[in-house]
Amino acid sequence: MSTVTERLDAINEFDREPVPEARLQGAASFAGLYAGEHVAGTEFVIGPLFVAHGVAARDLFLGLLLGNLLAVLSWTFICAPIAVRTRLNLYWQLRRLTGPYLLVLYNIVNALMFCFLAGAMISVAATAIGMPFHMTMPGLSDRYPNSLGWVLTVVVVGAVVTVVAILGFEKIARVSKVSSPWMMLVFVAAALAVLPRLGVRSPGDFWAVANEKIWTGVPMPGRVHFTFWHVTFFAWFCNMAMHIGMADMTLLRYARKWQYGLFSAFGMYLGHYIAWIASGILVALALQQGSEVAPGPIAYLGAGGAGLLAVVLASWTTANPTIYRAGLALQTVTPDWRRWKVTAVVGGITTVVALFPALMMRLLDFVALYGLLLMPMGAVVFADFWLFPRLGLEQHWAERLGSRWAWPAALAWLVTLGACLLLNLLSGVEIFFLGLPGWFIAIALYVATSYLQQRSVQSLPATRIPERI
Amino acid sequence: MRRLLQLISGLGLVLTVVPSVLVATGGIGWARHADAMLAGALLWFLTAPFWMREQGGSDAEP
Repeated sequence: MSTVTERLDAINEFDREPVPEARLQGAASFAGLYAGEHVAGTEFVIGPLFVAHGVAARDLFLGLLLGNLLAVLSWTFICAPIAVRTRLNLYWQLRRLTGPYLLVLYNIVNALMFCFLAGAMISVAATAIGMPFHMTMPGLSDRYPNSLGWVLTVVVVGAVVTVVAILGFEKIARVSKVSSPWMMLVFVAAALAVLPRLGVRSPGDFWAVANEKIWTGVPMPGRVHFTFWHVTFFAWFCNMAMHIGMADMTLLRYARKWQYGLFSAFGMYLGHYIAWIASGILVALALQQGSEVAPGPIAYLGAGGAGLLAVVLASWTTANPTIYRAGLALQTVTPDWRRWKVTAVVGGITTVVALFPALMMRLLDFVALYGLLLMPMGAVVFADFWLFPRLGLEQHWAERLGSRWAWPAALAWLVTLGACLLLNLLSGVEIFFLGLPGWFIAIALYVATSYLQQRSVQSLPATRIPERI
Repeated sequence: MRRLLQLISGLGLVLTVVPSVLVATGGIGWARHADAMLAGALLWFLTAPFWMREQGGSDAEP
């Protein structure tokens, strides 16, 4: 196990020190970064899924407005202040609280989630690439591969994405940066171009058409009806791992001021407001015409070949770094494996996952689960940073104690997930809403268990507590 | 040269979005809009990488 933790440390060695003053970035970097990161291929799926869940137009517009605002505030007031004070990424901050062994487990869970996320993006790209070859598209309720064409397309897309990730994802990151302003306009243009076919002849017609033909308030069979609160909580928590889960400490530690967290608004209101609304409009036309509802076909419906290109680029540019990050995380448990081999294995897992359209068509549930699984560790960081000094508890206790597995953090993580599961099973609280009580449960558990642990250890002779590990 | 590249990129973005407004107002048909969007994509991707790289520091984290 110590070999594994040494490898994990070695991979993150480059980021071990706090970011120096000279490497801090200006406001424009953050605006661009957030705008680019949150206009991805999956936006072509999430907008249509809101339509499938029967959201009413008013609930969608207001719910997204509020939910995205809450997400921006979470980045600004929860994640950014800790990021700019510590200047550390989540890995090193967590290591001081969890100990290295627990951190390995967290890393593995994180890597698996990355594989699933990248898998959804490969599925999305496959719907665009397979379209010129008349591939049978998966439907909204499809779970398993529905044709040989789908399987072949996904395997080819997955292989290409994996090979590019092995060769180095830096060039793809550059493509992502270049394509993001264009991509945003493709969403807007595609939606505008289909409005006449939905019956919008003048701006005054839009609201009536939105209510009657797009966000009708009637869910499709087998789908839960989404209310204003579903939309609000989904928009707030779809990036839960990043803001209250603290993963974006890795980015925001480069911010000059904590207020730069506000620049997440560029990602939220362009990607998670305009793009979701645009893709919802596109799928409404597809449903009205009885045509395919997969991301590729609906993008083509609005923007032709440029729409297909946007779907491919949006998916590809996000899947690549995701596979790369998953590879980094998994490298810790594959001693002596070269980076290319780990990335190839991750790419293989991701491609197999992508074969199942269920992941893409149930993306809302998956995204909610992904955030929920990682969120408690963000609560642990928050409690240690803000609450411990006020409560007279020692910060970074695992590091001070030389603990390799910090039980308070482990209990806060696992018991919170158990409590959320119980809330879901016994009280019927849907997964989209579990993040909020879960965060408070994790905080309470971490404070309580840390108090008990610190009180018991402090009663031992002082020599038992090494200064640093 | 940089200015010229930026101008062409800008034209690419105009070709991406303006035709859709014309479709929405009944000014042009869908097929012409789709062709214009493709041309816009071509102009953007053939020019933007060069002046975006020139802006400097683009690959720096974050």
